[in-house]
Amino acid sequence: MGLTGLQIFKHLPKTNCKECGFPTCLAFAMALANGQIALDACPHVTEEAKEALSSAAAPPIHKVILGVGDNVIEIGDETEIFRHDKRFNHPTVFAIAVKDDEDVAAKVDTFNGLAFDRVGQHYEADMVALINASGDAAKFKAAAETAAAKTTKNFVLISEDPAAMEAALEVVADRKPLIYAANNDNYEKMTELAKAKECPLAVKAANLDDLAALVEKIVALGYKELVLDPGSRDTSKVLADMTQIRRLAVRKKYRPFGYPTIAFTSKEDPQEEIMQAGIYVAKFASIVVLNTDKKEHLLPLLSLRANIYTDPQKPVQVEPGLHAVGDVNEDSPVYCTTNFSLTYFLVEGEVDATRIPSYIISVDTGGTSVLTAYADNRFTAEKITETIKAVGLEDKVKHRKIVIPGAVAVLKGKLEDESGWEVIVGPRESSGINKFAKDLFA
Amino acid sequence: MGVEILKEKYRSEVREVVLGATAEEGGTRSHTIKVGGETTLPFLHFEGTVPNRPVIAMEVWDIFPEDWPENLKEAFGDVLSDPAAWAKKCVEDFGADMVALRFKSADPDIKNATPEELIPVLKKVLEAVKVPLIVYGCGKPEKDNEIIGPLAESAEGENLLLGVAEQDNFKAVASAAMAYKHSIIAKSPIDINIAKQLNIRISELSTPLLDRIIIDPTIAALGYGLEYAYSIMERARFGALNGDRMLAMPLIGDVGHEVWSKKEAVITDEPSWGEQAERSLAWEATTAMALLQGGVDIVVMRNPGAVALVKKNIDDLMQDNNY
Repeated sequence: MGLTGLQIFKHLPKTNCKECGFPTCLAFAMALANGQIALDACPHVTEEAKEALSSAAAPPIHKVILGVGDNVIEIGDETEIFRHDKRFNHPTVFAIAVKDDEDVAAKVDTFNGLAFDRVGQHYEADMVALINASGDAAKFKAAAETAAAKTTKNFVLISEDPAAMEAALEVVADRKPLIYAANNDNYEKMTELAKAKECPLAVKAANLDDLAALVEKIVALGYKELVLDPGSRDTSKVLADMTQIRRLAVRKKYRPFGYPTIAFTSKEDPQEEIMQAGIYVAKFASIVVLNTDKKEHLLPLLSLRANIYTDPQKPVQVEPGLHAVGDVNEDSPVYCTTNFSLTYFLVEGEVDATRIPSYIISVDTGGTSVLTAYADNRFTAEKITETIKAVGLEDKVKHRKIVIPGAVAVLKGKLEDESGWEVIVGPRESSGINKFAKDLFA
Repeated sequence: MGVEILKEKYRSEVREVVLGATAEEGGTRSHTIKVGGETTLPFLHFEGTVPNRPVIAMEVWDIFPEDWPENLKEAFGDVLSDPAAWAKKCVEDFGADMVALRFKSADPDIKNATPEELIPVLKKVLEAVKVPLIVYGCGKPEKDNEIIGPLAESAEGENLLLGVAEQDNFKAVASAAMAYKHSIIAKSPIDINIAKQLNIRISELSTPLLDRIIIDPTIAALGYGLEYAYSIMERARFGALNGDRMLAMPLIGDVGHEVWSKKEAVITDEPSWGEQAERSLAWEATTAMALLQGGVDIVVMRNPGAVALVKKNIDDLMQDNNY
């Protein structure tokens, strides 16, 4: 159970020295109780107090590091249950299953191709989940060797046989792969391996009770770089378990569940599989292991992850400037909007649907929508004119006509004076663009 | 010692809304459909009840959907020019719980069809299928205000779900619902305060309508701001459970309409995004799936393949997960 600010305050020096960055010890105590800061920030705290406060001082969910170097991925360290309260910190990691009894090289090649560019963002599948399907340690090791030669990305090594795990680790331990998994029978050996190789360790149990007990045993052995698998595989049960783990960790600071989680899909049909995986992205899984490695299945999941893990307090922006939609030429129409991604992509989608190659200028409004930006003086005649000049629009098109959103029709006169361009007032809603364009530009 | 399962105690629940009406209730539907009534967050059966499974409405247009991508059109064969046959196929072959009839032809830029031209179409569809119906106008408020009254009158007592009432324009739809015993979709522009305000204003017009409102918080497609709708739905559900009766209405998401205009659903010449037919289907199904996790009660969809996937997903989620 977490301590309240006042309970924590009793253990602090009460000198209000401000060295922690807070005006008073009480303010610091409150922040600590909310998990917003670590106890280390207080330079004067005593060892005794540290001991007493360790449970309250630690974040509700331990941060676990997967991989090394450029491929480090942090998981865990979440503080919320609802994304609208505060952003989810670490996006769900996708690991693609590769079995050691299939063509590992070919599968890893396919994995390497799982990279996507859309709406100005780059998405990639994160890890290879190498499965000891053969049950043979030498084969598992050989597969790890083959896979490691093919990709620089990290691994989840999947085998409950410590001998097989040890064999594979001989090849890839330097990448700090996730060891999956310690269970009731093998946990001592697996923990020993994880400690020796300094690799994170997944803990697999039969249910939540079993999981809590097993975590406590492993923690007692002195290891805390853990990832939790409650063992459920049916969609509804996984949802319940993942919810309980997150709630108990965040709301109750229940220590055995204060770790990131891993979920496995159970559906054979890949489309059903991604439906299942999507639920786990929304509902708290730190890692999802997938069987499908098809682009058409991964792109929706990666896009969902991008959506769910977007900071709700920070609007998503697109690069301000000139964007070409289709095969533009010097006669192409020019539309103008803001750089709030939601607004921009709605406009882009509609402009694209007109099938008339066009330019869109996105004005830097700090990621605010048309009316908000207008009210805030960020979408003004001057600002638009500046952008027209900055992107060199005069050299891109022969005509001198620009379409502005109908919601800011009032800008027309000023913008014409300011820019010297003829201003056409477009529809109020982006859904009107198709008709508008067909009447005017087709 | 075992883990102490954390079950939240909420003060209230989502309102339950009945859609459609049988002969006894003054309509001609073979059955009614109840939505809402949840006493917990989505599918957390371990701490509350989800008395009604979320439903899927399939979209039917009153004109041939010229702009739909080929793979979507192909899924329907030759029924797309005949709304009654189209609706029948959705219900009988694809297992749609409801049909969402969209009167595109009323659009002044398309055919500017009059209520007299639309009413027979509604009658035919009501005859062809016996499930409860959603009726959407063309999406242009001025025109929709002209057609919604006559359409509602022609189907008096059927308890249609009429779309859409908006902040600046709710009286025509709300009055039609009141006068002819229908339910309404109250649509707000991705703003939970407006959603609530709109419900209050509708209730000022008629208190009994409060139990006949479905909230459409305006959704976006996967990858296009889906998270805004997701969070508004989560907040509305949370508000409902904590006693905010003006936010406690069931939720609807117009999924197909949003998804099928997006590049990811449509374009065929982008091999780096994978195969289009599978991708488009996944795009629609994933959008619906995410909204189900946010708390949506009705999803309006287009692709039969995506409908089948979401149905299975709902089946899975309706399995008990009590401890």
